[in-house]
Amino acid sequence: MSEELYYKSARELSGLLKAGEVSAVELTQSIIGRTKAVEERVGAFNSYDEGDAVSQAEASDQRRAAGETVGALDGIPVGIKDVLAVKDQPLTCSSKMLENFISPYDATCIQKLKQSGAVLWGRLNMDEFAMGSSTENSATHPTSNPWNLNCVPGGSSGGSAAAVAAGEAVLTLGSDTGGSIRQPASYCGVVGLKPTYGRVSRFGLAAFASSLDQVGPMARSVEDAALLLQAISGYDLRDSTSFRAEVPDFSKSFESLKGKKWKLGLPKEYFEKALDSAAMEPVQQAIDFYRELGCEIKEVSLPHTEYAVAVYYIIATAEASSNLARYDGIRYTHRAENFDRKDSVDVYNQSRAEGFGEEVKRRIILGTYALSSGYYDAYFLKAQKARTLIRQDFEKAYEEVDALLTPTSPSPAFEKGAKMEDPLSMYLSDIYTISANLAGIPGLSLPCGYSGGMPVGLQILGKPFREEEMLAIGQVFEDAHDFKNQHPEL
Amino acid sequence: MEYEAVIGLEVHVQIKAESKIFTRCRAGFGYEPNTLVDPVIMGLPGALPVMNKKALDGIIKAGLALNCRIPEVCKWDRKNYFYPDSPNNYQITQYDQPICEGGLVEIELSSDSRASMGEHKRIQLTRIHLENDVGKLNHFSEDSLVDYNRAGTSLMEIVTEPDMHSGEEAFALLTAVRQIMVYCGISDCDMEKGQMRADANISVRPVGQKELGSKIELKNLNSITGVKNGIEYEIKRQTRELKKGNTIVQATWRWDAEQGRTESMREKEDAHDYRYLPDPDLMPVRVDEEWKNRIQSEIPELPFDKQRRFFEEYDLPYTITSVLVPDRDLSDYFEAAAKQSPKMAQAIGNYVTNDLLRELSEAGQSLADCKVTAEHLLSLVSTVDKGTITKQIGKDVFLEMFKSGELADAVIERKGLKSDFDDDQVKAWCQEAIDENSKSAENFKSGNEKALNALLGPVMKKSRGKANPQTVNKLLRELIR
Repeated sequence: MSEELYYKSARELSGLLKAGEVSAVELTQSIIGRTKAVEERVGAFNSYDEGDAVSQAEASDQRRAAGETVGALDGIPVGIKDVLAVKDQPLTCSSKMLENFISPYDATCIQKLKQSGAVLWGRLNMDEFAMGSSTENSATHPTSNPWNLNCVPGGSSGGSAAAVAAGEAVLTLGSDTGGSIRQPASYCGVVGLKPTYGRVSRFGLAAFASSLDQVGPMARSVEDAALLLQAISGYDLRDSTSFRAEVPDFSKSFESLKGKKWKLGLPKEYFEKALDSAAMEPVQQAIDFYRELGCEIKEVSLPHTEYAVAVYYIIATAEASSNLARYDGIRYTHRAENFDRKDSVDVYNQSRAEGFGEEVKRRIILGTYALSSGYYDAYFLKAQKARTLIRQDFEKAYEEVDALLTPTSPSPAFEKGAKMEDPLSMYLSDIYTISANLAGIPGLSLPCGYSGGMPVGLQILGKPFREEEMLAIGQVFEDAHDFKNQHPEL
Repeated sequence: MEYEAVIGLEVHVQIKAESKIFTRCRAGFGYEPNTLVDPVIMGLPGALPVMNKKALDGIIKAGLALNCRIPEVCKWDRKNYFYPDSPNNYQITQYDQPICEGGLVEIELSSDSRASMGEHKRIQLTRIHLENDVGKLNHFSEDSLVDYNRAGTSLMEIVTEPDMHSGEEAFALLTAVRQIMVYCGISDCDMEKGQMRADANISVRPVGQKELGSKIELKNLNSITGVKNGIEYEIKRQTRELKKGNTIVQATWRWDAEQGRTESMREKEDAHDYRYLPDPDLMPVRVDEEWKNRIQSEIPELPFDKQRRFFEEYDLPYTITSVLVPDRDLSDYFEAAAKQSPKMAQAIGNYVTNDLLRELSEAGQSLADCKVTAEHLLSLVSTVDKGTITKQIGKDVFLEMFKSGELADAVIERKGLKSDFDDDQVKAWCQEAIDENSKSAENFKSGNEKALNALLGPVMKKSRGKANPQTVNKLLRELIR
């Protein structure tokens, strides 16, 4: 299949680079060219620096020429969600608050990417501070879904998903607090993986909700997602919540799991809810595929599912209200020009009023309320307890099955503006993804079909620190279908 | 009606450590503003705290030295409030599961005379917890500027029960805590450098009443005497108000040391809702027995235990122990000599607390710079004890030793200071003195003991100070009778 370079997989490109059939500079130029061609319509990026990317690619080619290639990603352009700190690059979180902020340091996952030789490519758009499900909450611009420019790409990692789908990057990094990698992956017809909490260091990831946030890969294939996951995983002394254990060789271990007949669970609470039936069809077909493959398909129960969204919006907003307090108009953030200099808190009031968007303010207020004296026990503490019950639901389910199959989102990508006036219905688009963050378990979304011309995602939820199983289950499906070679017409 | 004051203290102590509490960033005092910072200290997006084990060692040591319980698990919480000196606008602290619970501190109140020991009491602690220090605001005419060098320094907060009743007791508590911290090497507790700070909760109630009165939190007590004066002033003020029939409204006040008075900062209505939440960035800490035992073994003998032992083993007077004990190095120095010859302990103690301290202070030196080792001092004291030189000459020899670092024998030899006359020579000088001062001799004979001094002086003069005064005394008595 003669495909443009920018739509080739990282695995294939790695081989071409190794064989000398293509140079990193050529590849990067191809990505830059593609970006220039489609970016006006897609709007995946907040910014990018061609010169910087080319010089990284040159360095990669020099390493290769000298026989000092450092890894499978050497020379592969990887787009970065604008929520991760890259030394000497802007870090805006798509917020006016950080419009002029340049990070003086690298996030740990960025450091690891640099060590793996990847070409860091651009700053990808997102919902402001990762709060949202459509990338419409960006202070810069909304990103379009490459499959239908009138639709949202999902969010909050909408830029990361759209860039991969549109061929503006081979791989991208996203972050997932309640579904922010998986939901946009499903909307844009790509693969998105949220690792187990603690698998990837959060150092350098601008925090939304610290106990839920994880950085993860987005790619056009399961195998590529595994490659990127490999590069960024591992214990980090600078993140106390990162997991102190060896990281398996994901590609190898999921290859070896390929023939396995899995026991797969269908959480009944996820299927009995009113679903967009057209959107469900591809998911049903995927389930049938696994059944025909000889996997045991079993109904399981996650009885506390109905509380997940409520619990999530208390815990996530409570943590966010504290995490975002540092954006105050004092040191490096947007500072209002006019404030009452005699009133010591007015610089905060004015700067935060101007710097934060509506959704961010809504969540800060919600979280502040949930932590206020007199409400803490009723909201935050109760939510913490319910969170434990939700985690236990999964532990029980995993005694019976290896993984769970669910839709990623109740419906495919919706039209821009459709839910902006109705935050609650926006929040519900994460109903199937939120529980994984509360429980700390890994989740993978991969394309499994189309509904009305828009991609539909299948979500595989795995056991903690068994990403390779999830990947293996996903790859069997991917291998039997051609979704990874389906690209939007742009 | 009689009133009594009830006082609780919140004492903040910076833990001495190379790096800050939640990052490897260097900690220190007196650096250019905003040079001891990194992404964690500045609260940059994405920066995460990581616990410094040295700080934990320090507070566990403090807890064990102050008789606290160390629970198996403690955790970290965020205290949320907006203030420019706090880069994250939350402080990482310990809300409901502190690392040290309870505790007892022995204090010594001052007595009427410097020569006698004051009353000892025990003050109950509520808890000690660990938190990060904040930066420092500098106010100028137009603006305020922030220096974040101090931000993130390991800070422990020692909270006492409302167990004290006077500025004097609060003063004694701070003194005792400071001595223990310095003894254990946990902190230098230099209040001028902000290494130790105290806030006081003060209320006044009629004697006999059980419930506490409304409390005033008194801040800005920047020195140990400030604590004493501020509290005493505030007790008087509250008592005066109550006597006038006024009520005290719970509030925060500050001590103005220059004006010598307290003033209101904010009323309780303005009190913060700190919206505590467990810090999701830090794991709870488990302190096991092994850890506690290791720290316990590093705790030296504490000041009051040392004081009791010095009374017992060396029979020292309070005037000497009260100088030695507060200074661990000085008491170690004393003991290095005294241990070898306990019967000379008092003489050694006198040299250390008088001559040595005086010379050190005049030379602006510390004990570490001192050329006279404990060993050298002991040999000087032994030489005096044997009568080889007089006590007075001993003091001069010490001065020489202090200046030059020579040994006692060398100084005595070089300057010919030995009392090496035969008794006949001394006897002759005594007779001469009696002959020259016959009146004094007669006065002595008729019972005036003091008159002997008038004879002693001339004999010492004739011997150029080298005659042993005891010998002279003895010979004079024999000759006159």
